[in-house]
Amino acid sequence: MSEVALLVAATLAAGTPLAIAGLGLLLNERAGILNLGAEGMLLISAVAGFAAAFHGGSEWLGFAAGAAAGAAVAAVFGWLVVWLNTNQYATGLAVSLFGSGFSAFVGIDYVGRQLGEQRAHAVPILGELPFLGPALFRQHPMVYVAVALVGAASFFLYRTRAGLVLRAVGESPQSAHALGYGVRRIRLAAVVTGGALCGVAGAFLSVVYTPLWVEGMVAGRGWIALALTVFATWRPARILLGAYLFGGVTMLQLHLQAQGVELPSQFMAMLPYVATVVVLVLISRNPLWIRLNMPASLGKPFFPGA
Amino acid sequence: MTRSFVRKLALGAVVLGATLAACAKKEEAPPAPAAAPTAKAEPLKAAFVYVGPVGDSGWSFSHDLGRKNALAKFGDKVTTTFVEKVPEGPDAERVIRDLVAQGNKVVFATSFGFMDAMVKVAKDHPDVYFEHATGYKTADNLRVYEARFYEGAYLAGVVAGKMTKTNTLGFVASFPIPEVLRNINAYTLGAQSVNPKVKTRVVWINSWFDPPKETEAAQSLMNQGADVLLQNTDSTAVLQAAERNGKFGFGWDSDMSAFAPKAHLGSVALNWTVYYEKSFGEILEKRWKPEVTKWGVKEGMLDFVKPAAFLPEETKKAVEAAREGLKTGTVAVFKGPVVDNTGKEVLAKDAVADDTWKGAINFYVKGVEGKVPSSM
Repeated sequence: MSEVALLVAATLAAGTPLAIAGLGLLLNERAGILNLGAEGMLLISAVAGFAAAFHGGSEWLGFAAGAAAGAAVAAVFGWLVVWLNTNQYATGLAVSLFGSGFSAFVGIDYVGRQLGEQRAHAVPILGELPFLGPALFRQHPMVYVAVALVGAASFFLYRTRAGLVLRAVGESPQSAHALGYGVRRIRLAAVVTGGALCGVAGAFLSVVYTPLWVEGMVAGRGWIALALTVFATWRPARILLGAYLFGGVTMLQLHLQAQGVELPSQFMAMLPYVATVVVLVLISRNPLWIRLNMPASLGKPFFPGA
Repeated sequence: MTRSFVRKLALGAVVLGATLAACAKKEEAPPAPAAAPTAKAEPLKAAFVYVGPVGDSGWSFSHDLGRKNALAKFGDKVTTTFVEKVPEGPDAERVIRDLVAQGNKVVFATSFGFMDAMVKVAKDHPDVYFEHATGYKTADNLRVYEARFYEGAYLAGVVAGKMTKTNTLGFVASFPIPEVLRNINAYTLGAQSVNPKVKTRVVWINSWFDPPKETEAAQSLMNQGADVLLQNTDSTAVLQAAERNGKFGFGWDSDMSAFAPKAHLGSVALNWTVYYEKSFGEILEKRWKPEVTKWGVKEGMLDFVKPAAFLPEETKKAVEAAREGLKTGTVAVFKGPVVDNTGKEVLAKDAVADDTWKGAINFYVKGVEGKVPSSM
């Protein structure tokens, strides 16, 4: 039983950075901007977060620095694609490649550094419950923040006027422009917010989850977060579901191996991706689902007045 | 934030465009001998091809130490170039051809995946020497060299067998190939040589490098009671995870003692210096010939370094004895009887395994739990 509790706990922790980064990318995409630079943003914010936590001695400082770094990189990306109308795909890939090299370069001094002692976290009372305590309530606060963020994003997108405007910009920037909304400003705001969220996710990886900095440590999680937005058909709640599914399958295979359960590890390693393909097939069978949710202007440049 | 960090940040912004190029190329040479009036022999131009960044620890770093040492030792008789982060695949051939075109007379390629590229380029350039680490294809001007890594894993095992309280060891493994299985088995056999009750649990992560996943794998092993961990992956994540959990671990490839002062029991460190000295010497003296070099603790290509100061005296003695035994040949890692974990005898009593046997290992020895993934 305690094995299961540990597995659930590990799943929540593994899914958290994916959920936060996926949520950030979802906001981007809801405004019509595809940011393929997620991997690079995660890496840059991971090193920034680690550096801040290392010098400042506080992991919250690390998250703040990660968010700032992510937002800064996203602002450059946003300026390029929104104002200069560069190709979103190529620019995103450039950010990704730039991020991996740049983070390695500025991070040289931080390889092998140790952050201070990690505090154990527990929710009062609930953390003492048998099974549920170790499974759910002894997590880093950021795990709960991720859930709250998903709820907040959901509320923002579907229950507020600003969220409606954001979605309108993603669906039909021409119409939004005709109604007098500043499409480019809104898109930039969405990109920067998304970058800040990716930044928090990157800092979570290097400050709490792993916790260490080494070149390339994000190891493809940015791409998984990008896949998650499609997997979730651009709905925040499903991002959370998908992130835990990915985290869960990865953790499950490691834990089963450690327990000596005889399953080919290669098979288990491919499971999350099989799950993605299966879900994509299922949702694609219903064209309405994709059409209803996929932002219509995703990846397309917008020229005001054109 | 330190000043150097800020400076790098600023510099990094300037070179934004340059980072898009995947390969970083640097050249290091002793001061040009232009001032020397006498006609001097041209220095030997040597090139090194690394699969990863040189960094501060790990595989490519250990090769680069060998390069620097050769440069220091042979002075103005050699110049060296290196190319780091060369992907295994079609790009490797292009990089190697380019290095030959630049006039390098010897090329060292230091990753298994460069093998076919080396074979192809070697065929086209019979006047250039090619040296390939960890490969097995040779030619008249292409030879291979590798370290007997499992001897280091065995020494780590001896320490692990003494230090474990739960009699459960953990191994974070990359891919189920003979090289890695040799290490898992040697680690277990080393531990059993001092503590027959030892069992080893293995978690495969199907990657050479994924620090978060290495951390999780280490964590799941520790959850299952493993208290001394070894890894053959390329980061310090497993060792640092052990440090955070109050368990023990080892460094791999290079000295990692600085990464985990409380958990680090010792490092299995490579020392390519000995081989590169030999190779340069042979080329300079024109007695290079194609051969297969497999060196271990005896030749000094591999060692168990920086044993923790807190190791009990008895443990220190045990690992020292095993080390001496490997050096003098009285200890062999794979010496019969060896039984696999299904109970089948795979090496008869008193037989000592040869390289063919070691190259074909596809089983776990008795004491390792589970099944080898590829055999299912």
